[in-house]
Amino acid sequence: MAVELDVFVGNTTIMDEEVYQLWLDGYTVNDAVKVRMEGGALDECEANADVLLSDTMDQYRTFQMCERLLHSPSKLANQLLFQIPPHRQAMLIERYYDFDDAFVREVLGKKLSKGTKKDLDDISAKTGVTLKSCRRQFDNFKRVFKVVEELKGPLVENIRQHFLLSDKLGRDYAAIVFFANNRFETGKRKLQYLTFQDFAYCAGQLIDHWTVGAVDNMVEDMDVDLDKEFLQELKELKILISDKDLLDQHKSLVCTALRGKTKAFPEMEANFKNLSRGLVNIAAKLTNTKDVRDFFIDLVEKFIEPCRSDRWTAADTRLYLTHYSNSAHILDTFKHQVVWDRYMGVIKSCIFKMYHD
Amino acid sequence: MPGKLKAKIVAGRHLPVMDRASELTDAFVEVKFGNITFKTDVYPKSLNPQWNSEWFKFEVDDEDLQDEPLQITVLDHDTYSANDAIGKVYIDIDPLLCSEAASVISGWFPIYDTIHGIRGEINVLIKVELFNDLNRFRQSSCGVKFFCTTSIPRYYRAAMVHGFVEELVVNEDPEYQWIDRIRTPRASNEARQRLISLMSGELQRKIGLKVLEMGGNAVVGYLQCFDLEGESGLVVRAIGTACTLDKITSGGAPATAIANATTHMHPSTAPASNACNSPSKDGKEPVFGEDLPSSSGPLTPFRALPSNPFSPAPFSPPQASRQSSSSDTDLSLTPKTGMGSGGSAGKEAGPLKTLLRQQTQTALEQREFPFFTLTSFPPAFLLHVGGVVSARSVKLLDRIHNPDEPETRDAWWEEIRQEIKSHAKALGCHAVVGYSESTSICEEVCILSASGTAAILNPRYMREGCLDVASMDHRFEEPSPSNCGFCHIPYDEFNMPFPAQLTYCYLCRRQKVPDVLFTTIDLPSDAAVTGKGCLIQARLCRLKKRAQGEVNATAISNLLPFMEYELHTQLMNKLKLRSMNALFGLHIQISVGENMLLGLASATGVYLTALPTPGGIQIAGKTPGDMSNEHHMLTIQKRINDTIAKNKELYQITPPELTEEVVGSPIPEPRPRNRLFRSHSESSDELSELDLSHGKKDAFVLEIDDTDAVEDIHSLLTDAPPPTGFHSCNTEVMPGIYNWTSGIQMFTSVRVLRLSNANLTNQGLNKIFTDLCENLLKSLYFKLRSMIPCCICHLNFTVAVPEEELIQVAVTAVAMTFDKDQTQEKLADRPITKGCSETEEQLQFPLELCVDCPSASTQPPSKTSGVPISSAVSSRVSSLERSSPLTESRSRSLRSNRCSFGGSSVTVVKMTPLSFLPGTRVVKYLGIINMFFIRETTSLREEGGVSGFLHSFVAEVFAMVRAHVAALGGNAVVSYSMKECVLMENPNKNQAQCLINVSGDAVICVRELDQEPASSATSLGQACTSGMEGST
Repeated sequence: MAVELDVFVGNTTIMDEEVYQLWLDGYTVNDAVKVRMEGGALDECEANADVLLSDTMDQYRTFQMCERLLHSPSKLANQLLFQIPPHRQAMLIERYYDFDDAFVREVLGKKLSKGTKKDLDDISAKTGVTLKSCRRQFDNFKRVFKVVEELKGPLVENIRQHFLLSDKLGRDYAAIVFFANNRFETGKRKLQYLTFQDFAYCAGQLIDHWTVGAVDNMVEDMDVDLDKEFLQELKELKILISDKDLLDQHKSLVCTALRGKTKAFPEMEANFKNLSRGLVNIAAKLTNTKDVRDFFIDLVEKFIEPCRSDRWTAADTRLYLTHYSNSAHILDTFKHQVVWDRYMGVIKSCIFKMYHD
Repeated sequence: MPGKLKAKIVAGRHLPVMDRASELTDAFVEVKFGNITFKTDVYPKSLNPQWNSEWFKFEVDDEDLQDEPLQITVLDHDTYSANDAIGKVYIDIDPLLCSEAASVISGWFPIYDTIHGIRGEINVLIKVELFNDLNRFRQSSCGVKFFCTTSIPRYYRAAMVHGFVEELVVNEDPEYQWIDRIRTPRASNEARQRLISLMSGELQRKIGLKVLEMGGNAVVGYLQCFDLEGESGLVVRAIGTACTLDKITSGGAPATAIANATTHMHPSTAPASNACNSPSKDGKEPVFGEDLPSSSGPLTPFRALPSNPFSPAPFSPPQASRQSSSSDTDLSLTPKTGMGSGGSAGKEAGPLKTLLRQQTQTALEQREFPFFTLTSFPPAFLLHVGGVVSARSVKLLDRIHNPDEPETRDAWWEEIRQEIKSHAKALGCHAVVGYSESTSICEEVCILSASGTAAILNPRYMREGCLDVASMDHRFEEPSPSNCGFCHIPYDEFNMPFPAQLTYCYLCRRQKVPDVLFTTIDLPSDAAVTGKGCLIQARLCRLKKRAQGEVNATAISNLLPFMEYELHTQLMNKLKLRSMNALFGLHIQISVGENMLLGLASATGVYLTALPTPGGIQIAGKTPGDMSNEHHMLTIQKRINDTIAKNKELYQITPPELTEEVVGSPIPEPRPRNRLFRSHSESSDELSELDLSHGKKDAFVLEIDDTDAVEDIHSLLTDAPPPTGFHSCNTEVMPGIYNWTSGIQMFTSVRVLRLSNANLTNQGLNKIFTDLCENLLKSLYFKLRSMIPCCICHLNFTVAVPEEELIQVAVTAVAMTFDKDQTQEKLADRPITKGCSETEEQLQFPLELCVDCPSASTQPPSKTSGVPISSAVSSRVSSLERSSPLTESRSRSLRSNRCSFGGSSVTVVKMTPLSFLPGTRVVKYLGIINMFFIRETTSLREEGGVSGFLHSFVAEVFAMVRAHVAALGGNAVVSYSMKECVLMENPNKNQAQCLINVSGDAVICVRELDQEPASSATSLGQACTSGMEGST
């Protein structure tokens, strides 16, 4: 006796959120049934294992049929095949494009290419995310990347409109696209302590302030590529470390302002030149694509690690950077105030975000 | 008489990629009607082409307009090779031919390909201009309205019910023509789809002609079926009830007032007629009961058994299938037409009633078949119900030689109908209501079945010029204050057509009622019910030897009566087990396969307050001496008693205590209940012999004489009740639930089981089949658990044996939420709060009363409304006059508003197998939806196996139905049903094919609270969105 065929089709498509999540997480039908049984589904409506199996199979089929539509979510609202209430549509899309932080952390900044896709089984083994789910997430990244690549206008808005995502998810995808485009290095051991949300925040800062879109909002790739002119101008900041007078003047201004305000003052004073050199050098090198990739690792090596070894608190760092950046304005001979602010604004917010254990 | 059909192709979207290189498509469209074809320009390199074509005009006969569908083909232009077809849309333009239905078809239609399924959508605009007055010619029947709904549609009132209409057309099946060997599967499928579309159009036109001849203007309860007879051809047949329908105007308030007023009138008129009736009752009681012949066999008004043309030895000798005729049947059943004037009827209601009955009878007897496909009726339409009548016959199919003269098929049905008619007569009834016909085909053998409920109807609806007797009728057809009239026996109690236990009606205590009542109709809305109802199913498998031709037909026809008997026994036992006494919506399906027969009977059991309390079930052993057996017997008995007690609680069956009232005659104590003997040598002598041997008096006795019987009893007890929060029924609504909320979910579920074990016994098969049905139900409950508290209504199963070793069960039903808390309170003032649909239904008839018979308006007006009737009537009449322009403009504004909400261009279309949507009211019927699709695949595995294939096909069918309804301007389909779901598979070849036929009525409905036409455009939007949320 074998059930040869078993289907259930509702005029309004029935979708169980729990089963949907299991499907998204890449569970096989049998595993999903097990999970549901453990979750107490058997207590509902006098169900038995067969009923659960039948229901799960049915839902999986529905999801598979919907998947094609989910690849271009705007179709979901206009298609005629499934009658799905709007709020359910939004849920389907949002969940489909949602991703595991553990997974995204692994592919962040990597080229979204076939090569990376081949490594997915390793990532799956490492993160505990099923291969199926890894593939879906990877394909989502790639799909979004491909679509927004050719679009004009603000990145986050484009993603949201094309994929009908929430603001939060739209921003996360913008970060993923931005990282993939600029190939930022995020995988080094020293960067392991950083979460996806740390990077996503930094990406948001970079997009808002350092890209072409920060000055002109109608060019292609405006939010994906860094503003080349700006990067050139950053070279001018070198004067802050190359001119000895300026460096000393800057140091004394900062130290005057900081004295007595923190326990870490002696270390700050001792390390000032080192730290300033580090930050200014990062700025000066950003014209090189290679150095752009190393931006985060540089930030950690040149600034965050030294401060941490001196046991600065987060508040100390904040205090130090505020004064460091503000004092530059008082330097009479320093003419690049605008570029400095644009640079330091982002550096400050990034370091604040990244300064944790 | 010509008409002009105009079509405009606006745009396409989501088209498939037809050119791999560019990933785009160069699409154009062919629009074909009859033999005329137009083409649009090619819209190059786009998946969302904007053709915005000119108006293509077809000048055609309206006969063609009725028969032909508009055929739209989307193609991909290819400069070098043949153009590739993307897919097609067939549009039935019939709704545009009726002035009261839709005025324009406009919207997005899925582009359908029989191999690939839905491939994008196309936006089309269609209009029809008819030149002449519609009723001047008779070649066509434009203007006749068709409804699938098996009750008088809401917002119409039946001025007259003319009666039964039937027609069938036959043709060769394109799948079996020689040309099929050389054409592609796609071409073959499309030829089939087109042919069936043409045939249905023709059929509908012919039925329409018959209706016009009868003087009607509409067909209600239109039931169209296909018989895929394979080699021997394709039959499309339809039955329906011809009516003259008048439109009721849209003003809701006065209508309700009148309905209420007349509802309240009934009690006040009743005493008068009671008074004149009661004296004749005296002295009747002692006679009753003693006289009864000793009972054997199925003891309910269930007439199928003794009259089957292939009935076994005791009834009539078996014959060769082709010769089966109704003549022998007629011999065995002496027509009892004169019954009404003879014995009991005269006593019951005096000579006046007899006279009326005779009048009715003559009115009905003029008709060839006094059949009605309706299942629910305006109040007072149905006077008495006799019981279920059914007939089956087994035929051998042969090739249809001349499609223009489908005489053989006609003759077959004629025979069956004659038989039904004579059964009804034997029950003392002159009409059959809730009538339906069906077939089951396996290779060359075909079982034709018909069933219905014998009844006596109010003559008023049958006659022309009924105005003069209207008031008189009213007086005498309301003999009881509690609407128990339909339970009273129509037949002569001293000359009963079958053995039954009669008692005085528990409500009026004046007339006799049977102890159980089986019917195929819905529960009358005013019937008094105790507790709630539930779905009751009897399931049965019978193995059959493989055979050919006449031997096979004879074997099947010999098995049929046994199957009917067993199904009936099961139903009866299950009914008793639930402590109920009546079945409504009874539908028995017997399906034939190569090596087995499947029987499935579904019905909704209720406790009718008017009928006596059912006795329990008593177990009796054959060998009383055996001690271990005795013990076993006691355990079973205990389990049965426990189940009955549990069920009483579950279904809230608390029969009122018998109070000996002064009115009417004393109620006799329940006499010995029916006895039914389970034994496997079912010869009649043994039965009667056994009957004498047991003395259990007030319970239904189950005999355990062998292991089979034990198994049967076990299977009785394994039927699980629905989980808490669920109710189920196969009728329109659940008796005992009246406060529906707006959440609904219509669904189709199909299961196919492969029997792996080659040597199964009947018992083993039964178990498998029962489990299949039970598990399917369990799955449904689980799926719909988020809707609790809810009731699954219209839960109708269709069984088939598509291949050897395969059992297919398909079910289409609707789950509806209801408000649990109010259940108890609302019971009291039911007629008013039952929902507008209900009120409207009641309104059809009383309204007529008010207008037709001025004497009625002297009754005090309703307490609730306080509107004097005369003024209400006049306001009604005036609003009737301005109704049509109003509705027109409304539907137009609906259309324009429709696209704007929800940010999506897709209209939400609700579907339901019922005739109404809870919480809404139908403001317009847009026409009948009748669609036939074929889907085929040669990549079954890739499509997710046979389940994946069927899943997407069913979803596609839903989508196409919704799109058609939306294009007509509608937002719902009522009376939806899936008539056919034929699945053929060949997994080894990676192939499958499926045919689905669906039908229903496209409607516009608005939320109930919105009365003003001006506000209904917005309210439609609300209705849609809120409904959508409710149904998740």
